[in-house]
Amino acid sequence: MTILEDRPSNPAAGDHDRPIGHGRMQRKEDPRFVRGKGHYVDDIVLPGMLHGAILRAPVAHARLVSIDTTEALAHPKVLAVITGSDLQALGLAWAPTLSMDVQAVLVTDKVRFQGQEVAFVVAEDRYAARDALELIQVEYDVLAPVVDARKAMDPDAPVIRDDLEGRTDNHIFDWEAGNKAETDAVFASADVVVKQEIVYPRVHPAPMETCGAVADFDPIEGRLTLYETTQAPHAHRTLFAIVSGIPEHKIRVVSPDIGGGFGNKVGIYPGYILAVVGSIVTGKPVKWVEDRSENLMSTSFARDYIMQGEIAATKDGKILALRTSVLADHGAFNATAQPTKYPAGFFHIFTGSYDLAAAHCTVTGVYTNKAPGGVAYACSFRVTEAVYLVERMVDILARKLEMDPAELRLKNFIKKEQFPYPNKTGWEYDSGDYEPTMRLSMKMAGYDELRREQKEKRERGELMGIGISFFTETVGAGPRKDMDILGLGMADGAELRIHPTGKAVVRISVQSQGQGHETTFAQIVAEEIGIPPEDIDVVHGDTDQTPFGLGTYGSRSTPVSGAAVALVARKVREKARFIAAAMLETRPEDLEWEKGRWFVKGDPSVGKTMAEIAMGAHGTVALPEGIDGNLDAEVTYDPPNLTFPFGAYICVVDVDPGTGHVKVRRFIAVDDCGTRINPMIIEGQIHGGLTDGVGMALMEIIEFDAEGNCLGGSFMDYLIPTAMEVPDWETGFTVTPSPHHPIGAKGVGESATVGSPPAVVNAVVDALAPFGVVHMDMPCTPARVWEAMQGRTRPPV
Amino acid sequence: MQIPAPFDYVRASSVDNALALLDRHGPESRVVAGGHSLLPMMKLRLARPDWLIDINDLYELDYLLVDGPVLRIGAMTRHTTLLESDDVRRLFPIITDAERVIADPIVRNRGTIGGSLCQADPAEDLSTVCHVLEAVAVVRGPNGERMLSMADFHRGPYETAVAQNELLIEVRIPIRARSASAYEKVERRVGDWAVAAAGASVTLAAVGTISHVAVGLTAVGLDRNVTEVEAVLVGQAPGEELFALAGRLAALACDPLADQRGPIDYKRHLADELTRRVLRVACSRAAASVFDLTLQEG
Ligand SMILES: Cc1cc2nc3c(=O)[nH]c(=O)nc-3n(C[C@H](O)[C@H](O)[C@H](O)COP(=O)(O)OP(=O)(O)OC[C@H]3O[C@@H](n4cnc5c(N)ncnc54)[C@H](O)[C@@H]3O)c2cc1C
Repeated sequence: MTILEDRPSNPAAGDHDRPIGHGRMQRKEDPRFVRGKGHYVDDIVLPGMLHGAILRAPVAHARLVSIDTTEALAHPKVLAVITGSDLQALGLAWAPTLSMDVQAVLVTDKVRFQGQEVAFVVAEDRYAARDALELIQVEYDVLAPVVDARKAMDPDAPVIRDDLEGRTDNHIFDWEAGNKAETDAVFASADVVVKQEIVYPRVHPAPMETCGAVADFDPIEGRLTLYETTQAPHAHRTLFAIVSGIPEHKIRVVSPDIGGGFGNKVGIYPGYILAVVGSIVTGKPVKWVEDRSENLMSTSFARDYIMQGEIAATKDGKILALRTSVLADHGAFNATAQPTKYPAGFFHIFTGSYDLAAAHCTVTGVYTNKAPGGVAYACSFRVTEAVYLVERMVDILARKLEMDPAELRLKNFIKKEQFPYPNKTGWEYDSGDYEPTMRLSMKMAGYDELRREQKEKRERGELMGIGISFFTETVGAGPRKDMDILGLGMADGAELRIHPTGKAVVRISVQSQGQGHETTFAQIVAEEIGIPPEDIDVVHGDTDQTPFGLGTYGSRSTPVSGAAVALVARKVREKARFIAAAMLETRPEDLEWEKGRWFVKGDPSVGKTMAEIAMGAHGTVALPEGIDGNLDAEVTYDPPNLTFPFGAYICVVDVDPGTGHVKVRRFIAVDDCGTRINPMIIEGQIHGGLTDGVGMALMEIIEFDAEGNCLGGSFMDYLIPTAMEVPDWETGFTVTPSPHHPIGAKGVGESATVGSPPAVVNAVVDALAPFGVVHMDMPCTPARVWEAMQGRTRPPV
Repeated sequence: MQIPAPFDYVRASSVDNALALLDRHGPESRVVAGGHSLLPMMKLRLARPDWLIDINDLYELDYLLVDGPVLRIGAMTRHTTLLESDDVRRLFPIITDAERVIADPIVRNRGTIGGSLCQADPAEDLSTVCHVLEAVAVVRGPNGERMLSMADFHRGPYETAVAQNELLIEVRIPIRARSASAYEKVERRVGDWAVAAAGASVTLAAVGTISHVAVGLTAVGLDRNVTEVEAVLVGQAPGEELFALAGRLAALACDPLADQRGPIDYKRHLADELTRRVLRVACSRAAASVFDLTLQEG
């Protein structure tokens, strides 16, 4: 890494010589992780606990003829075998999805994707449960599957969702944003128009920890405790209450340490519900943890967008308009997780970082016989697809205009003075200053020198490519007037208590899956009230312990919960002022704040520290009217807008002309996420996201054969990158605070995953320019690159 | 956690004990060496032995020794040992080249040459290497030892001449003067199995012409050396045109299948491209070693 911010000697010190609060600080949660003391769902062992296993469909589309569970039930260690018809009797065979569809918990009528849940065995141990699956006899009547989304709307395509009343086709939704007539008019009169089909293939978040649950139903109290791998414990509690009929105050959802989520752990999977049913049926706690193949084959995939892109420009390189029509493969059930109003997530941010005259997009969602999902893998609700589209289209335009892609971008950026910037599809970008960020990345890369080197290499027949991506994200969902999930507004709560000795606990509604919440949120509070982060405990992931809120995904924790935490801390600080005034026998307005202490204006020696004030609040100090005897507060934060982080990424690749093998030689990432709370945590997020991006660009894809068999069901087939595939990341930053966020911070968790794939692909396509390659779809595997060199690029699906 | 079907487990204490256990537990018993091929298949329930006979205590089979004109490699020699051996690098750089790209350090620390050859996965690298080096497999069973050429040992994908009640004990590789070798593989990601790979071994005559050559391919449907190239290369001076000719012959000889790693024409192209590359490297290494020899002799 070339750019490293100075590491202050005091581990709790900030970037800017601040005594406490923001700054580079080692993560508070890491001691337990590096010592192997993390506590995950699979580590939970309850007295008398049983184990569940799921029988999954071997085929993609088939009518269920019969299930015979006799032999499985006869297994000496088996306590229950649950089938779709058992659930039907309980009214639990179908569960609502996060997109207002329903999904089968267990198949009752028809199998709709390979790997779908068919039966659930509960046994004394995990081995017996797994063995008993083989004793269940199932007869299927195999049907023709719909595998290719392009054919899903053919008149003779089999109807997948015949469970839905009146369904005669596989259409889910049509959605659009922007102004079609206006856009068409701009296109009609533009000097230059380029078109390209761009496919973002189906990929999978593949978190290190697979999904699982331990359900513990207490029949006497009627109380359900559910330990779950969930990124959204509160939303899950509410949905479980609705689905199961167990009253919400009798449900406690606990999300302990989570081994990676990336959106894979937002939805409610049949396995979770089955664990609950298993516990109710047997009266004992039931653990269910899926294996790797189950995770890859049945849980939420990501992307699967077939996009027809078009970009219009003047001949001297002023970009005028963008339009696209998208075919979205949602699999067998519409189970994507996104705000209700947005069936294509935030895809309409596809105008990117450019000042356009017009833009229009349409998205059509279809059912296919594949696993459900779509919004996952750090995608910021489909911003990934949007950024990929615009950043590829801009590169294709640059090629057409014979302009340098950096120059074309610089020429078309939204200018600093145009912010807040209303784009053509309904967003209001909060803040941005793109040019310095772009210039910094070019400087770090030595851009001109790289282009010179490339020219020389080309003359020698060597293939070197330089790819740029400049992304703008929209993260931090979201304002409750626009955004909800199944009717639940996307606000977050926070509660802060200062104990009498001046130590604090902050309770948040979001749930970390590795993002470092226990550190970042402590630092936010520390910055506001001047108690060191070490003295602030962050409680999260337990619905009985934390205020309501919608969870961690879409890079929303810092924009929403981070704001809630800053505001609750300010509330406590204000309250402390009143108490301090009482203690000092002066008026609150005569006090001045310095980090950690209220003191008398003009007489800094007279003051009270937060610890003294906390003791006072809980002690015997006579409190002013309206101030009660504690130093606690709570808030629920409804964000006024989303935040719009951005960044400039430059990737350098070398392609072996004989084998098509791509080597990522360098990657420069300059991120602007506004105020940087803990730069080290930010870098960690960036490093992870860049690695994801290289993986997607070069190797990751969930493929299916013509019968609908999933070809990506293990890590032998679904490749994810290792340290060997990635270079030493070169990171840098600029800071453009969000004007509406209390501390100016923007989300950053997904920036690199969103922004890096186009940089890598742009670099590969650039390397292949001597072969006349204008576009190639991911993944850029050696075989696909070689085919592109032969003039035979082909879409991956 | 991926869970195999039920099985019983026993640790063998010696080669004879392992053979006795195989005999006792019959056709549904399997030995487990590094376990990096067998255990994944068991976890996917593609392999379901009733008995696993663990041969990891058979340290007597974990050795590498230069014994006159042969290098003897015990069947339980781990990939890592092969990768790190100076003798191996000096005598058979093809093994070092191959080991560098077999799986990852974790797999290499456990996986064995014996397990690799007995697994005979079509994308397995050491089978090609042993074919190219004209290795001999020493197999022991209830009736004593047999010596098999690779052609007799390796019968095809997942199939070898080792019977259920036998063990592969040792691999013997003949050491040739004025020789060198090389291996190159194309993979989608480090640690992935080969899309295609090629290996070559070359012996140079004093005049600098090729006196002996063997070329082998991995993962492209050819379970033998590309014998077609021998006839055209032997007696010739190494050079790009010759390598190109060999590459074309290799591409014609192989019979790849299309899969997620690539289409047939690409794999054929790789057979060609990689054959040229390994011949180029092997010849230049051989030339350098000849030069070394002259220096020493001088
Ligand atoms: C992630 C991963 C990636 C890999 N990538 C590669 C790769 O790129 N290239 C490659 O070549 N290999 C690769 N492998 C395979 C690896 O090299 C294995 O270790 C090797 O193929 C088998 O060796 P083992 O000792 O683990 O054998 P085991 O799994 O223990 O045994 C394999 C088979 O051989 C039999 N067997 C073992 N030893 C003997 C013996 N002495 N006599 C008779 N039968 C015996 C066993 O009964 C079993 O049937 C990979 C493996 C993994 C897990």
